[in-house]
Amino acid sequence: MSHVMMSPSRQSNLELAYSLSTYSVIGAFCTEDNVPQCLLHINQELASLGLPVCIEASSPEGANLNAVPVLNAVYELLQIHRRDMCTLEEMEKEQMKKSSSLDLIQMTNSRLKDQLELSIREKSGLYETERQLQLKLKTLQRCLKGEKDEVKLFPPVCCKKQLVYFHLRMQEPDQFVCLDLGQVQKLQSIIASRASQYSHDAKRKEREAAKLKERLSQLLIDRKDKKLAIDVLNNLGRSDGKRSQWRTTKATASHEGEMYKFLLCDYEESQKSLVLENAELKKVLQQMKKEMMHILSPCQPSSRGATADEELAESDEDEKTRDSSRDTLDQSCEHAREQLTNSIRLQWRKLRNHVEKLDNQASQVLHQMESNKDMIPFETHQDEMERMRHEVQQCKEFIHAQQQLLQQQLSTSFDDETAALLYDCYTLEEKERLKEEWRLFEEQKRNFEKERRNFTEAAIRLGREKQAFEEDRAAWFKNHFLNMTPFTNRRRCSSSDGQSSLSIISEPEIRMSVKAHKAKASTYTTFSTPKSSRSTAAPSTTDLYRTLRLIPDCSSSMHSNQVWQESSTNGDEDIRIKSKSRGLHCSDLDIFALGEDDSLT
Amino acid sequence: MNFSELFKQSNQLCKVSPDGKYLATCVQYRLVVRDVSTLQILHLYTCLDQVSHMEWSSDSLFILCAMYKRGLIQVWSLEQPDWHCKIDEGSIGLVSSRWSPDGRHILNTTEFHLRVTVWSLCTKAVSYMKYPKACQKGIDFSKDGGYMALAERRDCKDYVSIFVCEDWHLLRNFETETQDLSGLEWSPNGCVLAVWDSCLEYKVLLYSLDGRLLSTYSAYEWSLGVKCVSWSPSSQFLAIGSYDEKVRILNHITWGKIAQFEHPASIDNTKAEGNFVLSVPELPHPDEICAPPIQIPVVKPDPDRANPKIGVSVLAFSSDSRYLASRNDNMATAVWVWDMQKMSLEAVLEQTAAVRCFQWDPRHPRLALCTGNSKLYLWSPRGCVSVQVPAEGGFQVQSLSWHCSGDFLILLGKDQLCLCYMDAEQEENTSCRHCENV
Repeated sequence: MSHVMMSPSRQSNLELAYSLSTYSVIGAFCTEDNVPQCLLHINQELASLGLPVCIEASSPEGANLNAVPVLNAVYELLQIHRRDMCTLEEMEKEQMKKSSSLDLIQMTNSRLKDQLELSIREKSGLYETERQLQLKLKTLQRCLKGEKDEVKLFPPVCCKKQLVYFHLRMQEPDQFVCLDLGQVQKLQSIIASRASQYSHDAKRKEREAAKLKERLSQLLIDRKDKKLAIDVLNNLGRSDGKRSQWRTTKATASHEGEMYKFLLCDYEESQKSLVLENAELKKVLQQMKKEMMHILSPCQPSSRGATADEELAESDEDEKTRDSSRDTLDQSCEHAREQLTNSIRLQWRKLRNHVEKLDNQASQVLHQMESNKDMIPFETHQDEMERMRHEVQQCKEFIHAQQQLLQQQLSTSFDDETAALLYDCYTLEEKERLKEEWRLFEEQKRNFEKERRNFTEAAIRLGREKQAFEEDRAAWFKNHFLNMTPFTNRRRCSSSDGQSSLSIISEPEIRMSVKAHKAKASTYTTFSTPKSSRSTAAPSTTDLYRTLRLIPDCSSSMHSNQVWQESSTNGDEDIRIKSKSRGLHCSDLDIFALGEDDSLT
Repeated sequence: MNFSELFKQSNQLCKVSPDGKYLATCVQYRLVVRDVSTLQILHLYTCLDQVSHMEWSSDSLFILCAMYKRGLIQVWSLEQPDWHCKIDEGSIGLVSSRWSPDGRHILNTTEFHLRVTVWSLCTKAVSYMKYPKACQKGIDFSKDGGYMALAERRDCKDYVSIFVCEDWHLLRNFETETQDLSGLEWSPNGCVLAVWDSCLEYKVLLYSLDGRLLSTYSAYEWSLGVKCVSWSPSSQFLAIGSYDEKVRILNHITWGKIAQFEHPASIDNTKAEGNFVLSVPELPHPDEICAPPIQIPVVKPDPDRANPKIGVSVLAFSSDSRYLASRNDNMATAVWVWDMQKMSLEAVLEQTAAVRCFQWDPRHPRLALCTGNSKLYLWSPRGCVSVQVPAEGGFQVQSLSWHCSGDFLILLGKDQLCLCYMDAEQEENTSCRHCENV
């Protein structure tokens, strides 16, 4: 009931609030007329709200109200309202929070659902693998059991095949790589026990078999097997032709004797071969010893220095022992051998010492050389300086001589020798001149071409003129024919005309030929001009060859020889330079020789 | 190289007489004797049944034909074609038969190795040797034919009896220090007897002719041991091939090990300085020289099966003792040739198929080998050559043997045979040609 009651009051509160905000006189709650009712209603309402205040009209008409309780009531109402608003706000907030947390929870829920599914799937997978593993384990266990059986529980009757199998398994390295020593030992003991078991068993079986065999043979003998027979047409003689002998003790003894003889022969043979081998080895040993002594003896005094005497004494002693050993070689083999080996040992020791010493020396020398490398001794330094000074002096002299020669060449007239010396310059000049001539020749060639072209043009023109003249003559003949008297005139005229015409024709021809002659003459002159110039300035090829031939024969070679002799007094390094220069000369000579050949051909 | 036409044979029974003049072949129950030079049939004998073993006597006068199923032996004479001899071992059965070195006695081993019966063709006399041991090689005659060594087993102990072949007099009988004797072999000079234990223990014992123990050699314990043993023709070396894929060489003076040859699957430069020959039949050139490193295919043996295919099972010295050829069972496609002077690897002959058989020329250092295809392979220090057998109908060489002169080879197929003549001149040429390759 209270609830039902509360809701309209609330509504009314709200209505009140609305009415407050949109106050209008017309639809108002309280009017002049219904003040008491309103008061009553409000009082009731207030009472229902639990407010103790009672609004009373100050006057029965109800026009005025007691202000205090009203204000109090209003205040209370306002308070209530504010409180309600606050709670409302809070509730709204809470609701928001709740809703968001709900969302969150929903999300997590879905996620968890997914996880659950996944884990369920995983679980089933794991279960499957577990199952498989268990299966595997089972099979492995079965295998293990089998292996164990194989190792431990061989059947009490152990057969050879199994042993062979086991031995074979032992041989497979990959199977037993992982086994340690203890395991190997264990396995070996197992094999040993198996082997003993096997041998025991085999013996038992063998005994049984032997018994059976015995019985069988007994049976055969008892039955007197009639089939057992030999059927030969006629007996054969022995392969060696002898008659068979009775078995006697003598024969037995002879067999023994033969056997021992046979053995003895074999041993003798082997001994012979051993003796031979031994002798050979001894020979080698002797030779080695000799060679060792030979190597050692000449080196001793030089290499050993202070200890040489001692060593010599020792070697003498050794010589003695060797001699003695040689003497006793025939007497006692063993003694000789001992001595031989002893002396060899001694020699070997010496050789070793010697080699070691040599090694030391070599290393020392090497060391010294290394140390010398860094510091040049004073004497050699001085020597070197002296040598260099001498060299400088020589060079200076050489230069001086060269200068003198050059001056001489400049001052003196061009005699044959110097000309030859300067031949190189000439050839260069000649080359230049030839080039020039070539250029001129080219120019002339061009001119000649031009002339020729002109000439052809002139020829064409002449042809045209000739044609025109022919036409003229035809016209003239025509006129003449028309004008002349029938016979006499005509004949005279024709002859005279023919001459004239001839003359006319010949005239330009002659002119042309003259022209051609003129052109020819001009070309000739152009040709001749360089010819004449050359003949005056440049020497002819024969001259050239002559000079060429002259050069190697006397002048240049003589000169080079002189230089050679001069420089040969210098040190080693000069020789190298000299050889170079000689090489140059040689090449020159080659060229000259070539020229000579050409001239000959 | 020339080839004869194909001849029929059965059971791969085809042998040249020791003097090199005759060729005997068995075709079912017939024995055919041909002249080696003309290949014309000289004699034709008919046996009672299909022949399972055939052997010439040492003087080339008699041929022994054994029919193990029937326990029968027939002997034929070349000089007197109508002479005959038949030996019946009776109900006890027969597993092995052989001539004595003098060619007048026949030694038969009965079923279950009950005894060895010695039949004399001179006197018809028969004598027994009891307790022969059933093993890899229980009987061996010395090269000059003077002595016979026989392995015996009594009371679970191994014994060796040495007989004088002349009158079967027992010269020595001694117990050997073996757990389970597997084989014995005389040195070529006939003075030393090598005895080796079964594969369970690596043990080689050397006895003098008079029964003294000269030396004992054991390389290792706890694994499978000796697989084969071979003397060099000079009696200088004893080569021991074992399950650890190694060959050990003992010397004849100290009986100590002087060399050890390994058979590695990959060969690099450090292992040997010799040449390496890789024979590939598919290539246009019959062989290809490979410089190391090379890889040799290895087949892992099955440990669950008996007689595991691992280790050196065949050893053969060349006639001049200069080279040693070996085969490692888990590398069946390769034959290894070792130089006994340098004590190093000389060549590896690698084939595409497993090597069936190889044999040295009795005169020259020349090795012939076959792999069950239609080709013959020859190796000599100067090079190697492969020859296609020019026979139609897919003649596949299963086995081969040299004539004692070294002039020709007998190539045995499944039921045919063919002679391969070595042309000396041509051989030179081919060798030279291959020298260039090397």
